[in-house]
Amino acid sequence: MSAQAGTVPRLGSSLDSRLRATARSEWIKFRSVRSSPLALVATALIVVLGAWLLAAGNRGSAAASPASKAAFDPVFTVLQGIELGQLCIGVLGVITVTGEYASGLIRGTFLATPQRAQVLAMKVLVFTVAVWACCTGMSFAAFFLGQRVLSPAKHAGIGDPGVLTAVFGAGLYLTLIGLLGMFIAVLVRRTPAALAALFGLLVVLPIVFIEIPGKITKNLGEFMPDAGEKAFQLLHSGAYTLGPWQGLAVLAAYVAVAAVAAFALIVRRDA
Amino acid sequence: MTEGRTIEARSLTKAYGATAAVDGIDFQVKPGLVTGFLGPNGAGKSTTMRMILGLDLPTSGTVTVGGRSYKGKVWPLHEVGAVLDARAVHPGRSAYNHLHSLAAANGIARTRVDEVLEQVGLASVARKRAGGFSLGMYQRLGIAGALLGDPGTLLFDEPVNGLDPEGIIWIRTLMRSLAAEGRTVLVSSHLMSEMALTADHLLVIGRGRMIADMPLSELMARHSGDRVEVRSADPQRMAADLRAAGAGVMLEPDGTLGVAGLGSRQIGELAAARGHVLYQLRDETGSLEQAYFRLTGESVEYRAAVPVAS
Repeated sequence: MSAQAGTVPRLGSSLDSRLRATARSEWIKFRSVRSSPLALVATALIVVLGAWLLAAGNRGSAAASPASKAAFDPVFTVLQGIELGQLCIGVLGVITVTGEYASGLIRGTFLATPQRAQVLAMKVLVFTVAVWACCTGMSFAAFFLGQRVLSPAKHAGIGDPGVLTAVFGAGLYLTLIGLLGMFIAVLVRRTPAALAALFGLLVVLPIVFIEIPGKITKNLGEFMPDAGEKAFQLLHSGAYTLGPWQGLAVLAAYVAVAAVAAFALIVRRDA
Repeated sequence: MTEGRTIEARSLTKAYGATAAVDGIDFQVKPGLVTGFLGPNGAGKSTTMRMILGLDLPTSGTVTVGGRSYKGKVWPLHEVGAVLDARAVHPGRSAYNHLHSLAAANGIARTRVDEVLEQVGLASVARKRAGGFSLGMYQRLGIAGALLGDPGTLLFDEPVNGLDPEGIIWIRTLMRSLAAEGRTVLVSSHLMSEMALTADHLLVIGRGRMIADMPLSELMARHSGDRVEVRSADPQRMAADLRAAGAGVMLEPDGTLGVAGLGSRQIGELAAARGHVLYQLRDETGSLEQAYFRLTGESVEYRAAVPVAS
């Protein structure tokens, strides 16, 4: 047994060094399981390859009649793969949290850092930075690849009005979906329940509102979490009234509500 | 090494609905000893340990380590190490990364991770995914995590469950040496036989209440039945002389002495040498295991129902 005094030096207890330590720990956890890189690579494949396929498949309508050309959204068309890619990011958000609950590791985490709100905040920070960076990168890659395939039919340049917003918006959208998954996972703690809740909210609920006839449901339907998809649409025509930032704000509001509940519960509940 | 700190509980209570899993218990766990936390399954041992560690919130009462609640600690791994469920490791993460993430959370250097892995004998499998570990390896990994911050206070929840004899002896030796270094060591178990070999002091809990809080030797004297019952003219003086001779002595209200650690022959000789008048000298045989059953028999929560004769 090594038990000499001072074998394990202690850091000072400033808030800064505490937050730093928790963030480092969360980063080590995030990068040291296969699921994190796998989910990010899968999302990138879906979004970037999707852009290529979608651009190739829709080149025709981009060059058809003037009417269909006007209705053709070269940005949304190539970024639409995100609707599939969000499943991977949502799952990543969920299992980043439930992976700790399923194994019981969460107790070890709270033993090392009993300040639970601090743990959740740093977990969220690490996830946000990593996922936002990757998703914004893949969004740009998808955009440029897609436009290359679309040209010389109707396509968009990165400098065109609204385009940069849309491409950045796509990365933000995916990040918010991941965060929604994380906070829901904190609330329900089990993978199947969290996945059901997340995809129920993202996929099933909007369909319900579309299917039910009536003006009220139609208006409410605009304020479902999938309003965030407005972020990467260039054309906001017809019944749609929300712009890209407003759409993201609707999704962010859902995330914020889940976040408040998650922080409130994680500090009170027995681990 | 951080010096061992006293764990202190006051009227500690944890209720789930109408059921009290822990029902107003008071105790102290002192440095330099292995304290066994003993009780049948479901008696409230794990709940108590989780409250000590700030994982479960007490319904009422307080529990502190070194005078402060666990939740108020900064860098707690330097003060307290614990193994609750050794399997609580992400199966896809390597032993090294598991410990590294814990160390980083408390600002502990990476070199220390290598040290504890070496210490528990897992250095050769440090980079392997924990999912393939045996129970014994998990147990060693859990202990490595508890030792990371070289803490003065250590808690182990049922550490020998499912271990092979070699692992059991390893853990027993480790706990004894940790206590010998002046650390506070609290070990829960439902096995009296294991505690008899490891613990200096015992806390016995049943149905959420503290049944006994005494040195192992005294518990043996009092309850094991492996003792000698002595009646003498001056029980107080007799008890003092027996204690001086190294025996564990229980003075019953009626003046009967329960003596452990000395045989009836030695007691008789001692009485003659000191001029005691003996009325009775009777051997009682039994085992520590029986003592435990006698103590906890009333408080076993789940027992097989006696089949009704048809």
